[in-house]
Amino acid sequence: MNTLTNDEILLQAKQITKVYPGTIALKGVDFNIYRGKVNVLIGENGAGKSTLMKILAGVERASSGQLLMNGQEISINSPRDASHHGIGIIYQELNLYPNLSVAENIFMSHQMTRFGMVQDKEQQARTRDLMGQLEQDIEPTTIVSDLRIGQQQIIEIAKALAQNVRILIMDEPTSALSNTEVEVLFRIIAELKTQDVAIVYISHKLDELLHIGDYFTVLRDGQLVAEAPESDVNLSWIVHSMVGRDADSLFKHSDHAIKQEVLRVDDLTLPRVGGGFVVDHVSFRLHAGEVVGIYGLMGAGRTELLESLMGLNSDAQGEILLNGKSLHGLDIKSRIKLGLSLVPEDRQLRGLVQKLSVGHNITLASLSHYLRFMVLSAHKERESINREVRDLHIKVANCDNLITSLSGGNQQKVVVGKSLLTNPKVLMLDEPTRGIDVAAKGEIFEIINQLALQGLGVLFVSSELKEIVAMADRVLVMWKGRIMAELQKHEISQEKIVAASVGAFSKKVHLTQEAKQ
Amino acid sequence: MSGASLAIGDTKAIKQAVRSDPRLLLLRLRTLIALIILVIIFTFTARAFLTSGNIIILVKQVALNAILGMGMTFVILTGGIDLSVGSIVGLAGMIAGGLITEGLLLPVFGISIFFNIPIVIAITLVVGMLVGLINGLIITRLNVTPFIATLGMLYMARSAALLRSNGATFPNLVGNEMLGNTGFPLLGAGTLLGLPWAIWLMVGFVIVTTFIATRTPFGRQVYAVGGNERAAELSGVPVQRIKILVYMISGLCAAVVGLIITSQLVSAHPATGTNYELNAIAVVVLGGASLSGGRGSIFGTIIGAFVIVVLNNGMVLIGLSEFVQTGITGFVIVAAVVLDQFQQRLQRQITLQQAAAQVPENIKGKEPL
Repeated sequence: MNTLTNDEILLQAKQITKVYPGTIALKGVDFNIYRGKVNVLIGENGAGKSTLMKILAGVERASSGQLLMNGQEISINSPRDASHHGIGIIYQELNLYPNLSVAENIFMSHQMTRFGMVQDKEQQARTRDLMGQLEQDIEPTTIVSDLRIGQQQIIEIAKALAQNVRILIMDEPTSALSNTEVEVLFRIIAELKTQDVAIVYISHKLDELLHIGDYFTVLRDGQLVAEAPESDVNLSWIVHSMVGRDADSLFKHSDHAIKQEVLRVDDLTLPRVGGGFVVDHVSFRLHAGEVVGIYGLMGAGRTELLESLMGLNSDAQGEILLNGKSLHGLDIKSRIKLGLSLVPEDRQLRGLVQKLSVGHNITLASLSHYLRFMVLSAHKERESINREVRDLHIKVANCDNLITSLSGGNQQKVVVGKSLLTNPKVLMLDEPTRGIDVAAKGEIFEIINQLALQGLGVLFVSSELKEIVAMADRVLVMWKGRIMAELQKHEISQEKIVAASVGAFSKKVHLTQEAKQ
Repeated sequence: MSGASLAIGDTKAIKQAVRSDPRLLLLRLRTLIALIILVIIFTFTARAFLTSGNIIILVKQVALNAILGMGMTFVILTGGIDLSVGSIVGLAGMIAGGLITEGLLLPVFGISIFFNIPIVIAITLVVGMLVGLINGLIITRLNVTPFIATLGMLYMARSAALLRSNGATFPNLVGNEMLGNTGFPLLGAGTLLGLPWAIWLMVGFVIVTTFIATRTPFGRQVYAVGGNERAAELSGVPVQRIKILVYMISGLCAAVVGLIITSQLVSAHPATGTNYELNAIAVVVLGGASLSGGRGSIFGTIIGAFVIVVLNNGMVLIGLSEFVQTGITGFVIVAAVVLDQFQQRLQRQITLQQAAAQVPENIKGKEPL
């Protein structure tokens, strides 16, 4: 793909491919970064945006491909190389030292020194300038952990500004910012553009992207699907490019009989550290044989809602009834026993025990089922393992192999299998298709359909609109910890979901019969 | 066997390793190979090495290291560490010695109660487990890191051992016929089928702990907690209870070792067991366990105990200076961990190669960046 206009390409990534064990994150992707422009990168979770950015930032190395800066080939093998080439990055997760001051954070690893001594006064003065530029009233000596999350995000931005960057990558920079802070950020971006800094902007907030983007690049399943200048782009172009044509054929919704209520949640709250609620008075019902999708942007409280239901957040308040039994005060083990199970969002962090084998991961949550005279029966375990491997089509040569030898999709099926062996009545899945390939995504949803047919209540969180629209019998849209909309099957549309997820949806109008009671 | 990545003793994994790369097999079996090489070297260099007398001494020494190491293995498998075991060894000896010599003093009634030896042993074991329980509670309920919690206990338990007798020794623990508490020295000196009881105890411990580690839900959960605590938690593993239990097992093992040593010496010294915790950790690490948890095995620990003891015994027999011996022991421990790193890297490489082999043809063949 060549230049679309006369604007100058500062950095060109050509045919970038990145292979991880078991998955291909990027397949021959081209990406152009234009000087002095906001280059928007769009794609669903797992599309490869973050991997591409990590390659530009020197955190990961591409398996193959070229990087050209001003037409000259460069190699970026470390974050130091990246910053040498003037590439700065603001990550989605905060990378601050909470125990150090604002000034110390901003100048970490490139301190202002004289005769080997850190010049605190000068650093603080420069920090004060930066804070002025960012319109923030933050003292340079403040300890970072004392700041609000939004303010910490601003420090992240200041950190990148403190180094003279030519390319500034922002990965979901506004997810933790208030509206006024977002306005400040946009003014800074405008100012950076006048200084010829190229911005790479990643966000799920489509309205934001349309507002500030100059060039749009869309990735899907590790491949480049579209690139266009701002003049050719509108909301439907973005949604169409992101979702693709084959969306409907991939996920087939099967009709399953919706039966009695299995889960009733009333007024569930989880307080946020520093005021407010992460989960803000959430109430809903789930029925046997029903698939309910939860949609929301990052930070909408979806994961926290599921974790609170599972008993991971001890601060959560509210009434949860599972098959009429209150879960009040019960630990995770007891909740699993009563029939609740969670397939977590972060497979590596909470889903798998990387040092155990495939088989032992599958049986971990249901060990008590395989006892014979207090002893684990290898035979009984083997039966269950084989059944899950067969039912879920887990591709594994030998169940004694380490779990890490499997591809992402198969690892995810192992986590699902582990949950199923606990005989759940309600299965909760948090972003079950994150980071797995298209075929495996289809299989995961086929499994969900099957489970609903068998009478399980399924609650799944997804950031992918097409999944939600295709799979859910009912959609709950969350925004800032609250359920903004509850859409029945016939009401579900991508437009309504997106509107509600940015808070632009009147809850009253679309309250369902059930929620009114 | 449980834990697919056991350093040694996992036959299925070994078969696979051979198929993929013979270097991996050598690395996996490194401790066993080291042991065999040591035995061969000392057989030829030290004439006394392979005599039955020396072997008995050697295995008795192995028994102490191995029993302590088995307790430590459980702790290290959860990602923890227990620095207090040496002090518990000393404390256990003093508890048993005190009960035999002075009995249980009841100042209110002005009498002492003397127990027979099985009860003395039982009380001592309970004390060992109680110290472990306190370790576990400090770590789980009060959120103190295992290193600090057990470092504190190292001092506190030693202090308790010293206070028991104001620093004095309980000598001549043969008991008194009239009090019905004779027979304690049998534990250290008695034999069964020509082998000392300590060795039988070790064999018993190996069987029981291997069984616990590989065949019970508890054992599996120990591996899971060390492998990924947060995933284990979400799978309903009672993480806190598991952690408390491993420190209790470690305390129990330390108390057993304390009893054996006290019985062998027929006297209890409050300073017994000083620095034993370091030996125990070395034995476990030599056995291929990872200090970050989730990886290791009882079998590996036993081999590790043999290596340490054979090395020390052989070096004494060939007349190496004590100063050189200490250095060589240290070198061996570091070398073991370095080799472990090699093994991990090789394993990762093989996994990556296998993954790359599955990449479709159409995206291959481009030059790397």
